[in-house]
Amino acid sequence: MVASMKPTDTTNPDHYHRVVDCQWGCPAHTDIPEYIRLIANGKYSESYLLNRKSNIFPGILGRTCDRPCEPVCRRVRLDGEPVAICRLKRVASDLRDDIRPFLPEIPTEKNGKRIACVGAGCASLTVANDLLPLGYEVTIFEKLAKPGGLMWTNIPEFRLPAKVLWEEIDYILDMGVDLRLNHPIDSLATLLEEDYDAVFIGSGAPKGKELNLPGRWDSKQIHIGIEWLESVRFGHIDRCGDRVLVIGVGNTAMDCCRTAQRLGASDVKVMARKTKPYFKASPWELEDAIEEQVEILENHSPSRFIIEDGKVKGMVFDLVTWHPGENGRLKAEMHDSKVIECDEVILAIGQDTAFPWIERDIGIEFNEWDMPIVDKTTFMTSRKGVFMGGDAAWGPENIIWGVEHGHQAAISIHAYCRGESLTDRPPEGMNLISQKMGLHEWTYSNDYDEAQRAKMRHVDLQERFKRLDIEVEEGFDIEQTLVEVERCLNCDIQTHFEANLCIECDACIDICPLDCLTITHNGPEEDLTRRLTAPLLNHPEEPLFISEDLPQTGRIMVKDEDLCIHCGLCAERCPTAAWDMRKSDLLIPYAGLDAGEMHPGMSIMDLARDATAGAPEPAVAGVG
Amino acid sequence: MSYIKKPRVHHPGLTKNRLGLTRRDYEGTMSTLCAGCGHDSITAAIIEAFWELEIEPHRVAKTSGIGCSGKTPTYFLQEAHGFNGVHGRMPSITTGAHAANRDLMCIGVSGDGDSLSIGMGQFAHVVRRNVDMLYIIENNGVYGLTKGQFSASADVGSTAKRGQVNREHPIDSVLLALNLGAGFVARSFSGDKEQLVPILKAGLRHRGFALIDIISPCVTFNDHHGSTKSYQYTRDNYNQLVYADFVPPAHEIQASYEAGDVRTVGLHDGSSIRFRKVPGDYDPTDRDAVYGYIRERQRAGEVATGLLYVEEAGEVGEESDFHGIQGTVEEPLVDYPYEELCPGAERLERLQERFR
Repeated sequence: MVASMKPTDTTNPDHYHRVVDCQWGCPAHTDIPEYIRLIANGKYSESYLLNRKSNIFPGILGRTCDRPCEPVCRRVRLDGEPVAICRLKRVASDLRDDIRPFLPEIPTEKNGKRIACVGAGCASLTVANDLLPLGYEVTIFEKLAKPGGLMWTNIPEFRLPAKVLWEEIDYILDMGVDLRLNHPIDSLATLLEEDYDAVFIGSGAPKGKELNLPGRWDSKQIHIGIEWLESVRFGHIDRCGDRVLVIGVGNTAMDCCRTAQRLGASDVKVMARKTKPYFKASPWELEDAIEEQVEILENHSPSRFIIEDGKVKGMVFDLVTWHPGENGRLKAEMHDSKVIECDEVILAIGQDTAFPWIERDIGIEFNEWDMPIVDKTTFMTSRKGVFMGGDAAWGPENIIWGVEHGHQAAISIHAYCRGESLTDRPPEGMNLISQKMGLHEWTYSNDYDEAQRAKMRHVDLQERFKRLDIEVEEGFDIEQTLVEVERCLNCDIQTHFEANLCIECDACIDICPLDCLTITHNGPEEDLTRRLTAPLLNHPEEPLFISEDLPQTGRIMVKDEDLCIHCGLCAERCPTAAWDMRKSDLLIPYAGLDAGEMHPGMSIMDLARDATAGAPEPAVAGVG
Repeated sequence: MSYIKKPRVHHPGLTKNRLGLTRRDYEGTMSTLCAGCGHDSITAAIIEAFWELEIEPHRVAKTSGIGCSGKTPTYFLQEAHGFNGVHGRMPSITTGAHAANRDLMCIGVSGDGDSLSIGMGQFAHVVRRNVDMLYIIENNGVYGLTKGQFSASADVGSTAKRGQVNREHPIDSVLLALNLGAGFVARSFSGDKEQLVPILKAGLRHRGFALIDIISPCVTFNDHHGSTKSYQYTRDNYNQLVYADFVPPAHEIQASYEAGDVRTVGLHDGSSIRFRKVPGDYDPTDRDAVYGYIRERQRAGEVATGLLYVEEAGEVGEESDFHGIQGTVEEPLVDYPYEELCPGAERLERLQERFR
């Protein structure tokens, strides 16, 4: 006989964390619903600071994040469009006051430990951000003349204004980073000989992929995308040919084609080997390029360059269609070939890590693809005391992953320097706090707002091409912001159930607009899930809540969390308060900080919490 | 009770009936009853029954009197006709509506106070007249709207919230209706929709008067240890005497039953009720036996529930219901031309002449 389902352990932080889809989806587990509520209350600085706890670049990421939170937003499953989480983050950043007084204090007396970071990108900066308040001395070696890594070199200014970038990088540098610019590391062995207690490698994936086709090396008008963008950033390139072909259709390709538009090109084509469903670029970046009249041609496979007298005249493409081939991979079938004339070609087909500067005999093991072997939990390489994160570790990801790698590496470095275990990770915690304010009053806006996702306004098409540094997105205005924040379903304000109080009156089941609830007898999962009020749509990705046996009949309460809009009607209709709306506050540990602990001087976050979450004292079920 | 309206957003798997309506389309406005009131569960069961029967809401007349029960028709079938009448007078209003328009499906919602105290006379006579309606008594044993005094259905020995003991004998609407000749008598429980929804459907399809007395706990005044109408007491003493499935016309039940376990009773419109798990000596069509059986269960301290009595469609003629007895016209009055309904002063004069 198959066993009945076990009651859900809601004291395990993971259960309620999974209900908060955006936070679960974010690599850094940013407390998104809370920062959106702070924006709704006009508390922009508090919102920014809450963001900064996990995601140390709210202004930068409010413009450039790859938004892993948005496709998983519950709102997608209800009305098709996620809450504009990313751009709301920008609102908090744009409208914040000076937050410097609330950054952690840096001890004047150091702890005597010295850390070297290679590369001044998002991962190294995060390591510095986490370790400096603990008294570490952090040195960052950067080969270029400016810090920031790809945030500086590869994201054009019309997407990320320099002011925003430098402000947030400076918050960290001003904590006392020993920044060595124009200082490439040519030998890790040499660096290791110096007196550092630990080394963090956050050198990114700086090598653009090559396209070795006939004619590739016969002209100077063929560029590698990320190198070309870097040259534009440093002002070495300030114009380009009239007709530009961009090869590849990822996010770098989108930045390249839009930059070319601004450097004088009048005819920019993005050449894709496959069709739209296979494009690597984020949908919104594709949309922005198409809005700027960039042409995207599908099923064009590059075959050779046409060069005359060292000048690019065009490219030959195979016209292909794709069919399912062996082992599930698509196979190209060539139909014809076609010449497309152009003056310049930019190759944006991906990028790789490159470690010519890491000697292979110093105890750092490399795998068959010549990638260093890095532990996914501790971020340490096979050589003790050498850590790695960001794109350098496992290839190109995005900024928010680099930030999370930095946080985890900092925890490891701190443990390593104290001689503690790296594998015993500090546990997460959770506070669960009732949000009831009165008979029908909750601390949060619990009604469902049917508004559609706010549309970002862009600078006029004529206007935006005048200069390279005109930011295209204007940001949400206050009216848009006030509507958009209401679209958030407050998924962190949980429907919390206490089985021993339930009298099985069915009131919650009758009122639930999304038919999430069922009272039925327990049984094996397969059988039980067939007896639910509404069919399961997103199981097992979204958790099922299974209660303890109910006192009167021994049946159980089952909740499918998938589509719950957290309106609180179950709790309002419950005569015995068996249902209550409780905010699950995920407590995340950082280097030197246990879950929920804050650096001295960060108490503004407590104030912010009081402002939205009501009195924090009663009904605290502290865990972990 | 809530300050926000139930959001219209719904589960994508919500199904439509043949009219293209979802269950949500049969809802009314937000309930203002106490949180956990049994009446709200009954409302949800009524919504389910109408949706499953695929009844157009505008073909329905919903009526009520005074009390917590009097409020409930507002909470279902927003597009139906409704009348919230004087205390205890719901039967007269329903009789009037049904007399004028026999095509309307009538559902009256009353309470133990509204039906067994102030409206007792009305209740008795609407049963006698066999008005074609579903009569629901939301029975909680107390006057909830006036703060919890015992009602006429409170059992001897049960206590009020503050401990006073009831010494007056209760009126049992089910026994009363059996006595008065009702053709469809049921008792159910707001906390058991599996039982309640099929009975509601059968009651709506029954031609003539149908009574469903539903134990509906008052969470505010009568859900305590001394109560015999609480969730806990009802569950502890629950005896589902018979299981009744409603089978629509031309619809074969696929479930298999043990031989001898099933008893089918036909309704006028071709639908039928299948009784299963009926105790060997129980005959749901034998009025006297049912009366005795319920009395016996009551003496054993049980709350006997189920579709307890139904008369066979064949046994009673077409002429036995209100319109048949009164010999009224075949069509609803609304379908007659104005000139025929109101033939003028001269015809009135002639009519009156006959009485002089």
